[in-house]
Amino acid sequence: MADLSTNFLGIKSPNPYWLASAPPTDKKYNVLRAFEAGWGGVVWKTLGSQVKNVSSRYSAVDFNGTKMMGFNNIELISDRPLDINLREIAECVRLFPDRAMVVSLMADNSREKWHELIAQVEDTGAHGLELNFGCPHGMTERGMGAAVGQDPEIAKMVVEWVMEKATIPVITKLTPNVHSVVPTGHASVEGGTNALSLINTIQSVTGVDLDTFVPNPYVAGKSVYGGYCGPAVKPVALKMLTTIAQDPVTSQVPISGIGGVSTWKDAAEFMLLGATSVQVCTAVMKHGFRIIEDMCDGLNNWMDEKGFKTIYDFIGKSVPTITHWEDLDINYHIVANINQDKCIHCGLCYIACEDTSHQAINLTYGKPFNTYSIKEEECVGCNLCKLVCPVDDCITMVEQRKGDEYLNWKEFQRRGLPLNDH
Amino acid sequence: MAILNNRLTAEQYEQNFSDIHPPFENREAALVEANRCLFCYDAPCTKSCPTSINIPKFIKQITTDNVKGSAYTIFDANIMGGGCSKVCPVEKLCEGSCVYNFLEEPPIPIAKLQRFSTEKAIEQKWPLFQRKPSVGKKVAVIGAGPAGLSCAHVLSREGVDVTIYEKEKKGGGLMTYGIAAYKVTPQFCEDEVNFITSLGGIDIKYDQELGRNVTLAELQTNYNAVYLGIGVGVARHLEIPGEELAGVEDAIRFIYDIREKGYPSVPVGDKVAVIGLGMTAIDAATQAKRLGAKEVTIVYRRTQAEMPSTEVELNLAKLDGCHLIWLASPKEIIGENGRVTQLICNVMELGVPDTSGRRSPVETGETITLAVDMVIKAAGQIPYEELVSSNQLTNWNGKLAIDGNCATNIPGVFAGGDCVNGGKEVVDAVQAGKDGAKAILSFLVKSEK
Repeated sequence: MADLSTNFLGIKSPNPYWLASAPPTDKKYNVLRAFEAGWGGVVWKTLGSQVKNVSSRYSAVDFNGTKMMGFNNIELISDRPLDINLREIAECVRLFPDRAMVVSLMADNSREKWHELIAQVEDTGAHGLELNFGCPHGMTERGMGAAVGQDPEIAKMVVEWVMEKATIPVITKLTPNVHSVVPTGHASVEGGTNALSLINTIQSVTGVDLDTFVPNPYVAGKSVYGGYCGPAVKPVALKMLTTIAQDPVTSQVPISGIGGVSTWKDAAEFMLLGATSVQVCTAVMKHGFRIIEDMCDGLNNWMDEKGFKTIYDFIGKSVPTITHWEDLDINYHIVANINQDKCIHCGLCYIACEDTSHQAINLTYGKPFNTYSIKEEECVGCNLCKLVCPVDDCITMVEQRKGDEYLNWKEFQRRGLPLNDH
Repeated sequence: MAILNNRLTAEQYEQNFSDIHPPFENREAALVEANRCLFCYDAPCTKSCPTSINIPKFIKQITTDNVKGSAYTIFDANIMGGGCSKVCPVEKLCEGSCVYNFLEEPPIPIAKLQRFSTEKAIEQKWPLFQRKPSVGKKVAVIGAGPAGLSCAHVLSREGVDVTIYEKEKKGGGLMTYGIAAYKVTPQFCEDEVNFITSLGGIDIKYDQELGRNVTLAELQTNYNAVYLGIGVGVARHLEIPGEELAGVEDAIRFIYDIREKGYPSVPVGDKVAVIGLGMTAIDAATQAKRLGAKEVTIVYRRTQAEMPSTEVELNLAKLDGCHLIWLASPKEIIGENGRVTQLICNVMELGVPDTSGRRSPVETGETITLAVDMVIKAAGQIPYEELVSSNQLTNWNGKLAIDGNCATNIPGVFAGGDCVNGGKEVVDAVQAGKDGAKAILSFLVKSEK
């Protein structure tokens, strides 16, 4: 059995799975249920000046019958009284002392307000603070949330205010609604933050109702941009995480990874790209807290198979493998191969290649079953056929190097090697 | 032992003849299956459909909530796509070639999805097709069965005025009169015919039989072309002693009566033997059981490997409790007081392959005797040999001879469906009707020049 326990700047949790700051963590009732289910920690839903929410608040993108592939919300920070939140946080810490209790904060825009809020939260016994510089809707109109995270100078200033006061670790949560998360990440680290977390939700319009013509979610004939999350945003989150994990400044602090984590596999990928802990929200909002069981079990089994004793054996392991395009080896060449014994004759590889790629698949007519084969000389090794094939391992990519040596684009140009002639 | 009607209560009839292929209860259920479809290219299912319905396309249209488009895709290729979704032997057609079979996974329930779209269209009377302006041509169609209706629909869409002459009181042909009631209800058959004729330009004249109420010569004079979709007739004779006894029934007549007279009116024996193992034999056997026969035995002279019925159909009969006797060929029917009491069969064995490629049964010299009070003949149907010969139509044992353009030997007279092929599926007849219409349209253009 591998050891899943996590130590994030001294914030300890029995596993790297925290619930992200969101509705599932806005009160004691939910948080105790989460801890009972086995969650390693929570980031308590953002506290600040009490707000009022609207109805409705969520919308989703379904795909081919799968519900909530993408999820969207227009909720603000906690709409419960601060004193109740603080009391409940203290109770949760007392009842589950082994779990991570991080509290998300978004104070009004003044040093005093931040200091006041931090002092109140630290009194609860919470283990860490997360600064919400990412909320993309509502709060931005009041100069908070993403409005802070989108301006590195303001972000740095606020982090500095926080660090003057905070005595427990501070994590700064970054917004993805920027051309790059690195500048604000830099500014936050320079301002003294102890860690970073990313990504917050991505501004979105999830869809338009084709009967009412009003986008979702619907609020009395209107809608607003919401924050997009769930499985759909994972690839974006992984990319942004990697830029933080590769940057010489931001990579100096631990990272909590967020964005579409639904399974242990997603978590392992975030950790391989530099996250020490991961935060989950949409998946529990779809299935409830019980998904933690397989998230721990699956990760454990995978770690055992790979020989990883602790999570620190693989955190960041994949970071160096993402390189610059011009450093890729042009001599590496693969061609597709169709296993005729596994082929079910659906023709999906053929039509994808024929209509949209390199016309590298032969069709031999049959009634009713056609036979498909690869024209190796035409195949550029793009993977498309393999990606559309519904049968596992029916189409495999076989290495056929163009040359033995490593050859990158710069060297290719320097030597004046020939480009395609058709 | 006795042949009796009214054996069951109204509730029992209701239950025994309810739809054996229930539809999807709701949109979500249909979507679960529709979303499984891989959307194959040059799809094997489409290539296995005699009418070449673009199946991946209509299923995709279900997934995008474009049910109207889905129904159009189906009906455009097969105007009886609603009925076919209930009666087609899909296990040997579209679903039989679904690529999921290679994965040992259940195929896409194509028929059920087809029913989902087409039933909605028929129920809600969607006007999916529009006629082109009249081209001033008239075509007579004989028979409002699948071939005739399909031919008429294509012609009318192109602006041809069609008159159908139908000898029965209802349209639909074998769909209405020749298929087990638990597959398609009489109401559905009527709705389907109305849906087809709602296009306009198709006038069905009922109680009009070729050779009795109307002659081919008249039609040739009064119309620019004639299409014969007259189907096939009664069940093939067994040519054995005792065939004239009371209690020996024609399967076609038996099934017709069930559809026409209503379940309680149709008499059935205590112990029934059904001769043959095609779709009609299964329909007769299962319905005899469902009408309340105590024992039904299907007698077939070959083995399961050679049977014309599909395995799915055979299982229907088995699940209804019908017995099967393989390698038994009727030799003689014995009676008392003019009524059937026994069926004597030769025990057969398989010999060398015949012209159909199937091993032909040969007598072993042994016999078996079944105590029965009713024998239903379902060993194939006989074409209208006399009718076609008397009209100087070239034929093969009554099956009309046509050329590659669906034309008979008489200029301007075309034919298709069971009267040409001797009796195949509804879906084959629909395609024959489309082919016939295409040929007639080009004939009408040529004859103008």
